[in-house]
Order: sequence, then structure tokens, then C-alpha cells
Amino acid sequence: MLRYLLRRVLYAVPILIGVNLITFALFFMVNSPDDMARMQLGVKRVTPEAIQQWKAARGYDKPLFFNESVEGLRTVTETIFYEKSVTLFAGEFGRSEDGRAIGQEIRERMGPSLAIALPTFIVGLGLTISLALLLVLFRGTWLDRTGVVICVGLMSISSLFFIIGGQFVFARVLKLVPISGYDSNPWVAWHFLVLPVAVSIVAGLGGSTRWYRTLFLEEIGRDYVRTARAKGLSETRVLFQHVLRNGLIPILTGIVVVIPSLFLGSLLIESFFGIPGLGSYTIDAIAAQDFAVVRAMVFLGSVLYLIGLMLTDLSYTLVDPRIRLK
Amino acid sequence: MSLLDLILILRDSLWVCLVTDALLWSLFFAFIVGLFIILRSPLQRAVWRKVFQQRMAVVSAVVLASAALVALLDSIHFREPLPVVSTAVALTDEAPATPTVPAPQLPQVAQLRYGVEVRSVLDLLLSDLRQNHEKTYSAPLALHLSALEPMTIVLPSGEVEVRREAPRLKVAGQAFPPGPVSSTAYWSDIAYRFGVGALGGLLVFVICWMVGASLWRLGCRLSRVRLEPSVRAEAMASRWAALTLGVLFVVAGIFSALSTNFHVLGTDKVGQDVLYQVLKSLRTALVIGLVPTLVTLPLGVVLGLAAGYFRGKVDDVIQYVYTTVSAIPGVLLIAAAVLSIQVMLDNHPEWFATAVERGDVRLLALCVILGMTSWTGIARLLRGESLKMREYEYVQAAKAFGVGAGRILLRHILPNVFPIILITMVMEFSTLVLAEAVLSYIGIGVDPTMFSFGLMINNARMELSREPVVWWTLTSAFLFMVLLVLAANLLADAVRDALDPRSERQS
Repeated sequence: MLRYLLRRVLYAVPILIGVNLITFALFFMVNSPDDMARMQLGVKRVTPEAIQQWKAARGYDKPLFFNESVEGLRTVTETIFYEKSVTLFAGEFGRSEDGRAIGQEIRERMGPSLAIALPTFIVGLGLTISLALLLVLFRGTWLDRTGVVICVGLMSISSLFFIIGGQFVFARVLKLVPISGYDSNPWVAWHFLVLPVAVSIVAGLGGSTRWYRTLFLEEIGRDYVRTARAKGLSETRVLFQHVLRNGLIPILTGIVVVIPSLFLGSLLIESFFGIPGLGSYTIDAIAAQDFAVVRAMVFLGSVLYLIGLMLTDLSYTLVDPRIRLK
Repeated sequence: MSLLDLILILRDSLWVCLVTDALLWSLFFAFIVGLFIILRSPLQRAVWRKVFQQRMAVVSAVVLASAALVALLDSIHFREPLPVVSTAVALTDEAPATPTVPAPQLPQVAQLRYGVEVRSVLDLLLSDLRQNHEKTYSAPLALHLSALEPMTIVLPSGEVEVRREAPRLKVAGQAFPPGPVSSTAYWSDIAYRFGVGALGGLLVFVICWMVGASLWRLGCRLSRVRLEPSVRAEAMASRWAALTLGVLFVVAGIFSALSTNFHVLGTDKVGQDVLYQVLKSLRTALVIGLVPTLVTLPLGVVLGLAAGYFRGKVDDVIQYVYTTVSAIPGVLLIAAAVLSIQVMLDNHPEWFATAVERGDVRLLALCVILGMTSWTGIARLLRGESLKMREYEYVQAAKAFGVGAGRILLRHILPNVFPIILITMVMEFSTLVLAEAVLSYIGIGVDPTMFSFGLMINNARMELSREPVVWWTLTSAFLFMVLLVLAANLLADAVRDALDPRSERQS
């Protein structure tokens, strides 16, 4: 088990290097730092000196891979690639356009992101599983058919509409909750959190309910279910004791991969509801074309994804004793 | 605009072939070729008959086909010729009466100039909608602006008073005399146009249907195809197709009859007709939904099948590549790529003659990026399949006969995974259309000069907080987008039910 984990960690390293190379190529080779400087400075203030100054202030004035003006090991370390990409592995994210430390910012913004993402994840999971079970219990009836149609309908609506519509109806017209904002005090914050959490649950409801329904239906056709029925168990007991427990295996292992990424928050929800989390941070960075922040978030996101993959493997052994990791 | 004018304008114009135009049309021709292949093979026909036995599939297919028709009309671009002003005319200070036709006695000026605006055939067909601008917001079917303006009113007593009132619209409601319109006159006008439009649509539909049906029979007789005995399911399918088409024709009739005197879906901030924007957005949505497939398919299919079939080193490398690509959060990878490309386009304004061409290249770049980020799913799926299939007896037998790996993959494995590819592609369509809206909202989607559902939603976001509430832009974008995506989802479901062997035992 331990050896397996060690191997997975080692396997993650080349992938992170690959991620790093891709982002590096996108940010520094498709466009030179000069292009970035021109973009940031705006058309009016572009002079060769201004570009040089901009690059020097951010350390973009060095060569890409090899610095031939210095000696020894520093030919490699005093380069853009080393300073901007390799240092990410040490958790040094550098500074954003406005000069703030990105690492500090990320730590501060994780809390609000989790405050939205965690309730959404837990309540949403419970709700979708119960709804899927309900549809399976009434399978083949009009309830099941209408349920599936509603699910497909929900899937076809862009999450933007849920957010805009929810905000309009509940915050602006009915005035039940504030339109947007956040507070670090949890007793105040929940006013702000109720609507975004509810909206993101509804937005994700259709797709996952239908998917879980399919998984449960697949389970219901198996032999052990027939045996359980032959034993004389009632349909509800078959469903809750046998189908639910076995159907949960693919569901759990399928969602474990997203758990670490919950830290990153939701881009849309956070920016619409003014939550100072990592999602709105990313959106603001994209809007301001703050490449340093986007690079840091790409790296963080892929690290969390790889952790998620590892957790998925672990969760297989936990929920399904037949699987052993070697 | 009459058909003759249209043809004349098209004859004199400079044709512009945008890259996405070419791609969309070649996809259309590929689709037609595919249709012929399916119709010729009895096995394929049986499979697809199963798809279209479901009435939702028929309805969805018709809806999607009409969206595709709009998009294809919107994909023939040209630049209209500028009025030819010869020096002689300019000197005598006479404005030419019909500027598009050069005077015959003058020697034809060799250099004909073209306008910088790139239009499409759809723009020509909808030129009234495109040109009839109001000042700013107006509600659907309204006669007045949605904003109040100070108006000087001369009272009967001769005094002048300034009131804040909503002025009459410039274009809409011209059938009414100036001044206040009584509510009976207003509603009877709407009812009249509604009725005429509905009846006209129905009439056109019936004529089209009869002509189409007799042409179909004639074609069958000429090509000596013996029609198979009509199955009940087929009769049902054609009935539902006719019903959907009929509804679409009637709705189109109502819309066009009403828009002779109104803005059916209102106007936006700069007074542009929302109906026009929504119809233009269809092309963007279809390009975003279809073109990334051209990148996804070759990458996903080749890499996925190769990884599963060859195993070993090849598998390791391919798995490494797709894990790396899928490790990067999708939105961020797209953002990074789009930002980079935007910087590149901004630094090279000399590459493009017109703004439309620039927007089109950006759209293409977005499609390529979306394709590059979404091939991992299908690659993983196909890797599993080919890993399984390489052990099947018929593959082993082919190998024993000395058939090469490429041939085995092409002849024995690819046809068997074809349903999986097709299902994934149809399901991908709606995901991509929805993704466009989100990306355009974040600001990394299509070029702001284009029309798209995402941009419409993005602009409409602030309108809900206005007083009075401007709800129609958002609602129209919502309705059309949901219709498109819902049709795609329902069709995907039907295709999966019919083609996926696994789904049979579920029901």
C-alpha cells in the first residue's frame, strides 16, 4: 500500500513537469514578454523604456532557458523558466500584477471558497442520490419518466441562467437574501451563502441525478438483487440495503477526484455573488490578464487533480475489498 | 427585398470565405455523404430506424436541422460593392440615382471597391431586422421606448410643457398614425398580423410538404428504389417530423408577419432587434458545437485506439500525455490559450482585412483550443475498448493471417467502436454550446464584435437591475439556447439508446 502510494507520488512528478512545460510554452513562447508588456501597458504608454522597465520589475527581462551572461549553475537559475516555473514546485507562486504575494492570497481565499463548495458538495450529493433512488423506486412509472425529462431539461439550461434568475427572483424581487457579498463571521455569512449554495445545487442536479439513476438501474439488474427478491425482501429493503450500497461504489469513486478541487471554488458562482474566494480571484485575474496568477492557479489546479486521482485509487480499496493496490 | 435584388447583390459582391464558413459547409457535405452511406447499407438503415422510432428524436432532429439551415445561410459571406462614383458624375455634382449599376456610357472603372462590412446571406434576408434600429431598449411588441425622455408638449391652451415620457419608436408601429394609439387598434393590429402570419406559414408549409413528398416519390420511381412496406413506426416518424416542421413554419410566419410592424423580441441597449441577434447567435453556437469535433476526433480516436492496441511503451506515452492535459483545469487551460492568442492577434492587426475576419480567426482558435482540451475523454474511453477488443477472436484471427496493425485497427476495431465515437460526439455538442456561454461571460469566449448567446447573456446581466426591468434579451437568449441544447440532448439520448448495446438491458 505504502509502496503503491510512493509510486503514485513519483508518477505525479513527470505529469506536473509536463503541465509546467505546457503553461510555460503558452505564456512565454507563443507570446514574448514584450507582447505581454505591451498588453499590460496599453497602447498609449508603450515605449521601449517602459517595456524594459515593466519586464525588469517582474523579472521577465531574463533569457528563457539559458542565461549566458552569468557563470556556473546560475546560467540555469537566472532564467525565466527557472524563476517562474520551477519555483512553483517549491510552492513559491510569486507576485501578481498589483504586487501582492499570490501564495498569501491563495491561503486567505481558500476559506470563502470552501464555505460555498463544501455545503454544495455534501448537500448536493445527498439530494441527488435520494432523488435518483426515488426515480429508481418508481421506475417505469410516469414519475420516473417525468423525472428524467426534468433532468434533461435542467441539463439543457446554462448555469448562467440559474445564477442570474436565482439572483433576480430571490434577492431582487423577493428580497429574501442579500444580492451579493460575504462576511468572515459565519453567523453573518450564512445569509450570503444560502442562495449561491442553493443555485449551484440546482444547476448540478439534472446531470448527476440522471447519471446516478443509470448506475442504480444497472445494479438492479444483477443477480444478487434477484436473489434478495426471491428471499422475499420488500422492494424498499432491496433498494436501500443492497442496491444503494453497491451503487454507491461507482458514485463515490467517481466523485472523490473532485474533492481536492473543491478548494478552487466555483468561478461563476463566486464572481456573481461577490464571494472573495479562489474562483473569483481566478476570474479577476483572467479579466485583468494577470498571467502570474493564472499560471499559479493552473499549477495548483493540476496538483489538486493529481491528489484527487490518488484518493480515487485509495477509495477503491476502502469501499470495495476485492480491489488490492500493488 | 425581392429574390432578384438578392441575386443581383450577390452577383456584384466580393465573396469572402471565412475559415469557419468552409469548415461548417464541409461538415455539412460530410453529413450528406454519411447520410448516403447509411441509406445504402441495410444494416445501418435498420440501426437508424431504431433511432428515429422515438418521436423525441424526430422532433429534435427537425429542430436541429432548421437551426443548421439558419447557420448555413449565415455562413455565406460577401462584401457588398460600394457605389461607383465616377469622376464625371462627381464633377457635375449629381448624385447617381442607382449607384450600384454603373452608367453604361462610362468606361467601366477597373477597380471596383467593396465595403468593409462583411455580410452573410442571412443578413440580406433579414436586412429589415438588421437595419431598423431604435434609439435604445424597447420591450417586445412595444410602440414606445422603454426609457423616458423629456418631451415638449404644446397644450391646447398654447402653453408649452416639458414632460418626461417614453417617445414613440422610430421604426416599429409605423402602420399606426402618429400620436397615441388606442389599445383596441393596437391589439387588433397584432391579432391581424398574427393570424396572417400563422395562415401564411401553414400555407407555405402545406405547399412545401406536398411538393417535397411528390418529388420524393418521383425520385424513388426514377431510381427504381422499391419502397419497403411502410412500417407503422416510419409513418409515425414522418407524422411527427411533419408536425414539428409545421409548427416551425407557423412560428416563422408569425414572427415575420409581426416584425413588419414590431420588434417581436424587443430591442437591446443600442436599439438593435433582439430577434436578429438571436438568429445570428445560432451560427456561433453551431460552430462552437461542431468544429472542435474536427480536432477531438482525430486526436482522441488515433491516440486512444493506438494506446489500447499496442500497449507497452506507446500506451505509457499516450497515457502520460492525456493525464497531463486533463490535469490542467479546463477553464484555465482555455483561458491561458485564449489570452495568449488574443495577445498575438492584438499585436498583428495587419493580418486581417476586416473585423469579421479577425473575429472569425479568434472563433476558430477557440474551437481548436476547446478541441485540444476535450479529446482526453474519448481517448480514455477508446483505449479501454481497444484493449478489450484486441483479445477478441476475430482480431486474433486477423493477426494470425498476418494482417498489419494499421489494417486491423481500421477494418476490425474502428467500425466496432464507431457507435461509441458517435454517441460521445453528439453528447459533446450540447456541452460545448453551454461552455461557450460561460467562456464568453468570463471574457475568453468569442470576439465581442460577434453575436453569440454567451455575449447576449453577458450584456443582459446588468439589464435586470434597470428600472423598468429589461428582461427580453435574457429571455430570448434563454429560450433559443435551451431549445437548441435540449434538442441536442434528446437526440443524443435517442442515439445512445439505439446504438449503445449496454443500454438495452437497462430498460
